[in-house]
Amino acid sequence: MALDLTLRVWRQSSPQDPGRFETYEAKDINEDSSFLELLDVVNEQLIEEGKEPIAFDHDCREGICGSCGVVINGRPHGPAGHTTTCQLHMRHFKTGDTITVEPWRASAFPVIKDLVVDRSALDGIVQSGGYITAPTGAARDANSILVPKTASDTAMDAAECIGCGACVAACPNGAAQLFTAAKVSHLNLLPQGQPERWSRVTQMVDTMEDYFGSCTNYGECEAACPKAISIDFIAMMNKDYLAAKFKDQRRQGQG
Amino acid sequence: MTLETPARVELDAHIPEGPLADKWQNHRFKMKLVAPQNRRRFDVIVVGTGLGGGAAAATLGEMGYNVKSFCFQDSPRRAHSIAAQGGINAAKNYKNDGDSVERLFYDTIKGGDYRSREANVYRLAEVSTNIIDQCVAQGVPFAREYGGLLDNRSFGGAQVARTFYARGQTGQQLLLGAYQALEKQIDAGTVTMYPRHEMLELVVKDGRACGIIARNLVTGEITRHTAHAVVLATGGYGNVFFLSTNAKGSNVTAAWRAHRKGAYFANPCYTQIHPTCIPVSGDYQSKLTLMSESLRNDGRIWVPKDKDDKRSPDQIPESDRDYYLERMYPAFANLVPRDVASRAAKRMVDDGYGVGELKNGVYLDFQDAINRLGRDVIEARYGNLFEMYENITGEDPYKVPMRIYPAVHYTMGGLWVDYNLMSNVPGLFVIGEANFSDHGANRLGASALMQGLADGYFVLPATLSNYLADMLGTSPEPVDDPAFAEAEQEVRDRVDTFLSINGTHSVDWFHRKLGKTLWDYCGMGRNAEGLKHALKEVQQLREQFWTDVRVLGESESLNQSLERAGRVADFFELGELMVRDALHREESCGGHFREEHQTPDGEALRNDDDFAYVGAWEYGGPGKEPCLHKEELVFEHAKPAQRSYK
Amino acid sequence: MQPSRSEGGVRVPALRRPGMGPAMWIVEFYRSNVGKKAVMAITGIVLLAYVLLHMVGNLKLYEGASGMNAYAEWLRTLGYPALPEYGALWILRVLLAVSFVLHIHAAVSLTLTNRKARSVGYQSQRDYAAATYAARTMRYTGVIVLLFVIYHVLHFTTGHTHHDFVENDVYRNVVEGFSRWEVSGFYILANLALGLHIYHGAWSLFQSLGWNNRRFNPWRRSFAAIFTAVVVIGNISFPIAVLAGIVD
Repeated sequence: MALDLTLRVWRQSSPQDPGRFETYEAKDINEDSSFLELLDVVNEQLIEEGKEPIAFDHDCREGICGSCGVVINGRPHGPAGHTTTCQLHMRHFKTGDTITVEPWRASAFPVIKDLVVDRSALDGIVQSGGYITAPTGAARDANSILVPKTASDTAMDAAECIGCGACVAACPNGAAQLFTAAKVSHLNLLPQGQPERWSRVTQMVDTMEDYFGSCTNYGECEAACPKAISIDFIAMMNKDYLAAKFKDQRRQGQG
Repeated sequence: MTLETPARVELDAHIPEGPLADKWQNHRFKMKLVAPQNRRRFDVIVVGTGLGGGAAAATLGEMGYNVKSFCFQDSPRRAHSIAAQGGINAAKNYKNDGDSVERLFYDTIKGGDYRSREANVYRLAEVSTNIIDQCVAQGVPFAREYGGLLDNRSFGGAQVARTFYARGQTGQQLLLGAYQALEKQIDAGTVTMYPRHEMLELVVKDGRACGIIARNLVTGEITRHTAHAVVLATGGYGNVFFLSTNAKGSNVTAAWRAHRKGAYFANPCYTQIHPTCIPVSGDYQSKLTLMSESLRNDGRIWVPKDKDDKRSPDQIPESDRDYYLERMYPAFANLVPRDVASRAAKRMVDDGYGVGELKNGVYLDFQDAINRLGRDVIEARYGNLFEMYENITGEDPYKVPMRIYPAVHYTMGGLWVDYNLMSNVPGLFVIGEANFSDHGANRLGASALMQGLADGYFVLPATLSNYLADMLGTSPEPVDDPAFAEAEQEVRDRVDTFLSINGTHSVDWFHRKLGKTLWDYCGMGRNAEGLKHALKEVQQLREQFWTDVRVLGESESLNQSLERAGRVADFFELGELMVRDALHREESCGGHFREEHQTPDGEALRNDDDFAYVGAWEYGGPGKEPCLHKEELVFEHAKPAQRSYK
Repeated sequence: MQPSRSEGGVRVPALRRPGMGPAMWIVEFYRSNVGKKAVMAITGIVLLAYVLLHMVGNLKLYEGASGMNAYAEWLRTLGYPALPEYGALWILRVLLAVSFVLHIHAAVSLTLTNRKARSVGYQSQRDYAAATYAARTMRYTGVIVLLFVIYHVLHFTTGHTHHDFVENDVYRNVVEGFSRWEVSGFYILANLALGLHIYHGAWSLFQSLGWNNRRFNPWRRSFAAIFTAVVVIGNISFPIAVLAGIVD
């Protein structure tokens, strides 16, 4: 079935431009197409009309790279839940719908153009401690580190984060707790992550707070997360942060 | 039109002397080193931040080199390595099922249809074990057994379980490992990161690669970057087909610009087609989605016996179904290798047996497996894949069979490199999918990740040091050198040209047409007539592109059409070279199937006497024909044999 | 710690101004948002405990004047003779006041930070998927509760806003106070606001303090719901009982 839709899309030519919504008609959209393919079709129309196409971030279009992401009808990644914008298909809409498309909004995510925002603050959080120091070539045999399957599975639940920023976009406070917690928990749950556990959590949380708001446990992030990462990880991060702050760091690893 | 027989020059791959198994260790000992206190005096540019580039930049930074890392994405974590699903091979033999470095080496050579370089492949198998150690140390959450040891699975028909995996997101987890190591170095100041920057030209001075010209995709600023060496880790060129499983941004520009500056492009016709992708559903389609190959373990592939069968698949009785893989290959049946399964599907669709509204797929049916094992078992095995399929197509694969069709997935060809991963342009190193080196004419499942990380973590850091050691005391070329000015001017001219044409069709319009031509004539099956036709069509289309493309907007800000125009312009030239390469290679091997060269029952027919070489093409100049150079392949250990899956 | 600002590093301005020097660890801790949330949670627990005990104690209302006034007397002399009269009561009052101030300070400070974290808001209608009404109205119910507490102290403790206050005759003051329907109405509304506030708070504190265990997690919501129900039903029963003439 083909859909006829009205799109209200945020257009902003530069970070300085205040921006505005513009309305476009999209006719005869295949319901099997993805939301980004809808934008492709609209862009082809715009080019034909001699208007500059809508800028939006996207790359893999299979829900894993984390590039894409817009707020659709008030929800990050749209109404379907636990999906990325590229994996949101048009069959979730019906003909005659008006769809409003807006970029992620957060002070840490300034708009670059149209629907494209700068998410480098997320990289900044990882820079401050989101790694395990393991110089290349120094590693011992992989199987000499035993990792209980349950711990490994839980770490993987957190590690699935694609870094799209929907959690920040969804959070009424513009907080990046779910992103940060996912990274902290992934590494802090593994035996390999223990030596840097306490410094990691404090550095990452402190850097996060330089750019983002605070968590008031709304749970919007979890609902918007394409990977359905649980806010349990936020609790885990809080616990580690509190423990780190009250811990005698010289006695790390001494129980 | 006629193709002249190009001049032929032998290439030296600089393969170390000695027994195969000792080559790498001997070579490592003989290579020159750069002392730790001297490393910060060397500048290295790494373009691309996937498994190869990310791992290389992190490792080089950690060693103490001054690294500049570039990616066109907004973050290094988004490189397309992230989308790899299946896993990564390593000869750990943790399962005690007879795996070894030798066996992985042999499987890779055989899988590559005897078109890869033995020494490189052996080294790849050898360092594969270090990769797993390294990744586990970084915290990659590989799947585990209940006892806490690493789990392995058998992948892509391998007879041993040597594939390490992290759910269906192995590429993601490995890339995040490299990305985290890279971010650590960025914080430490050894790596300077340039995200949203696209390399648009290689700078060569006195025959050596000495820098790049990059465009800041946000501001449009065109900048010069100098270094002692340039590493390209820019991935494959599968997007030349427009529809592929590659990310939309994946492109050949960096490699192609290097090619135009003298680097040879090897085996461009070797493209891997993945048999189990979701078929195209309309002309709006922007990309194809791969469904893991593991589905073929339990799914049965069929088409209706009657071309015009309009019944829904569950209404078609067994007697009216053609399980063609089971019919044609009784021994391997639905598990025949990727290329065989792909070609069989193409034959069915070409002959009019295709299924679905557009008659462009074949059924992959789980009804038998569900009846035999129960829905729960199938759900446990493939639940996420079924969900993904339903999400994309709106059909429930528990009830109706999936529709699948092959799609372009990986490109084995790439810039030619020697054993040290250096191209024929000194100072230009190429790693990962961007080079041609390790997979021959066809890549084994779960080996792409292995190669990217092997190159990035272990091989390049050693060989690059060897190259740099001789340059101690020299400074990088100053950026006001005429070589930089000239390269920058070329970039500016191109950008200005795109913006001034103001024709009638969008970049995507041209890209789709190019892709369609290549897919039709240089895709799964190729023949001389079709290729000659394609050559002409690609050339005509390219000419039209340069006079009729419409790129709106300006160059001084984010302009995605402009970015794409540059990439598609290069795809046109690459596409032409692919066709030429396919035309010249009068044999069928791996991902290259020439219909003239097949056995009576339709199998690929290699010609080891005339074509056991790497075809490395030298750029001939605008509008001129390229020149072929050959690197003979010598097989001392793995003797070429014909594959059979009957 | 600042992330590196090299080319292509973080390109956006930080919310927090650098320049606050190092301080005592506990101050550093309170400077962080996660620290503030922990303080809110702990002070929240103190206040929740108080709210519950306050309600339970006030059930003496149903025992009539002697029960109620004896309870008040007991509170005044709690710990006597080790402590002076009113001693324990003042300790509790100080503890409550400190908790109250910290709770509010942290809330205000976090709210201001969060405003800054999204300086340009969404220009289209948001559609919430998970946030409960209680969670989204914390700031408003918090202010209502604050105003109510001020009124409540002036009403029943100091008598400033009571129309007919008699020192130390708690029972009479309560019955007299609630006999006015506008006063009772305000008490009931304020307690509904309090209910919303603690419904989110009593769940949220577990997250803020990292008390998370998959086995017990489903109980956290039930705990919050039951706790809220007990407190709110208990509290609003008093004015209703007075108005309905059950207590007089």
